[in-house]
Amino acid sequence: MANEVILLDFWPSMFGMRTRIALREKGVEFEYREEDLRNKSPLLLQMNPIHKKIPVLIHNGKPVCESSIQVQYIDEVWSHKNPILPSDPYQRAQARFWADFIDKKVYDVSRKTWTTKGEELEAAKKELIEILKTLESELGDKPYFGGDEFGYVDIALIGFYTWFPAYEKFGNLSIESECPKLMVWVKKCLERETVAKSLPDPHKVTEFVAELRKRFGLE
Amino acid sequence: MAQNGSNNVKLLGTWGSPFALRAQVALHLKSVEHEYTEEADVLKSKSDLLVKSNPIHKKVPVLIHGDVSICESLNIVQYVDEAWPSKPSILPSLPQDRAFARFWAHFVDGKCFESIDAVAGAKDDAARMALAGNLMECLTALEEAFQKSSKGGDFFGGENIGFVDIACGGIVGPLSVIEAFSGVKFLSPEATPGLVQWADKFRAHEAVKPYMPNVAEFIEFAKKKFNV
Repeated sequence: MANEVILLDFWPSMFGMRTRIALREKGVEFEYREEDLRNKSPLLLQMNPIHKKIPVLIHNGKPVCESSIQVQYIDEVWSHKNPILPSDPYQRAQARFWADFIDKKVYDVSRKTWTTKGEELEAAKKELIEILKTLESELGDKPYFGGDEFGYVDIALIGFYTWFPAYEKFGNLSIESECPKLMVWVKKCLERETVAKSLPDPHKVTEFVAELRKRFGLE
Repeated sequence: MAQNGSNNVKLLGTWGSPFALRAQVALHLKSVEHEYTEEADVLKSKSDLLVKSNPIHKKVPVLIHGDVSICESLNIVQYVDEAWPSKPSILPSLPQDRAFARFWAHFVDGKCFESIDAVAGAKDDAARMALAGNLMECLTALEEAFQKSSKGGDFFGGENIGFVDIACGGIVGPLSVIEAFSGVKFLSPEATPGLVQWADKFRAHEAVKPYMPNVAEFIEFAKKKFNV
């Protein structure tokens, strides 16, 4: 049976970006479908009834939900090239730990940099820089989080880079000056075609966030 | 880099922790000899070993294998499955089934535990009843997943205990406590017949029984902890 792969996604989603990158790393042809999150398609609601969120990967009619789970699934189904997770059990556990850390910490805190003001904003800025510094320290002198090869943790984090200018603009902070090594890592990832193709222009993301702020009455 | 076999295995846990339980069940299933260390007062006074082996979160459980440590309970379970690859397997072998298992394990850790905590922390009966609705929705979703996944067997894993059983097993204790305190039956033969039977089978399983406190013990512990 031919492989039919559909990705239900939303262009600025840093989670959707993970799945796009993983599919491209494996050379998988897929149909990208843009979802309007204020008017979710029947297909999205049918394929992800529990969370009703993107991204949703539909492989030969069967859904896989949650970006981290999708990336692992893609790695296991298309195991012939560009391994995403390492093969050693301890290295795999480390990769999953850091992806989980990113999931638990980065999104919620970073969101506050453009949705809050005053003391709450200051606290969020401080926490975000601490989180990014922790990640920077984990990266160390390695080219990628997993070592010499681009992999799972890099995929988990890189999409957030497209939101950095928005965090910086609306939160009044500078990620580049606080985490210079992380920005070196970003540049290295962007050299990869699979990443460059999967990430939107950060300026467009910042414009999108500005619109969201107007919509939420934050401007 | 960790090696199998003769390397020392140690588990840091705390009594009644649904997360430490997951690690204990996994180690038992794989017949891994290990030393269990109780963190007696993990909220107020963490041991040096805990802080050293889990500097980021400083939480239990932590699995220490030789000179490396693995944190986060579901991560530990997957690690145990992979580092000791002999049967029984904890995760299924097909990618689609593995994705299903991971999805429901995540669901338990996310929405389920959030709604259990919300019900447990509710300020008054009115708030509790409102929050109870969310918990019921979670359990209904789990019931459907169970019916689909068990294929007539006793467990989410079918005939044998698997990843979702171990993940889900963590809610059995906390649920029994909030049922006792609120008088509301969250698991019932009418609403969640599959889960009711599953909970009994899980509790009685030889890899679970030695580690899981019984309902009365959980309730006693909760009474002391919350001064009820």
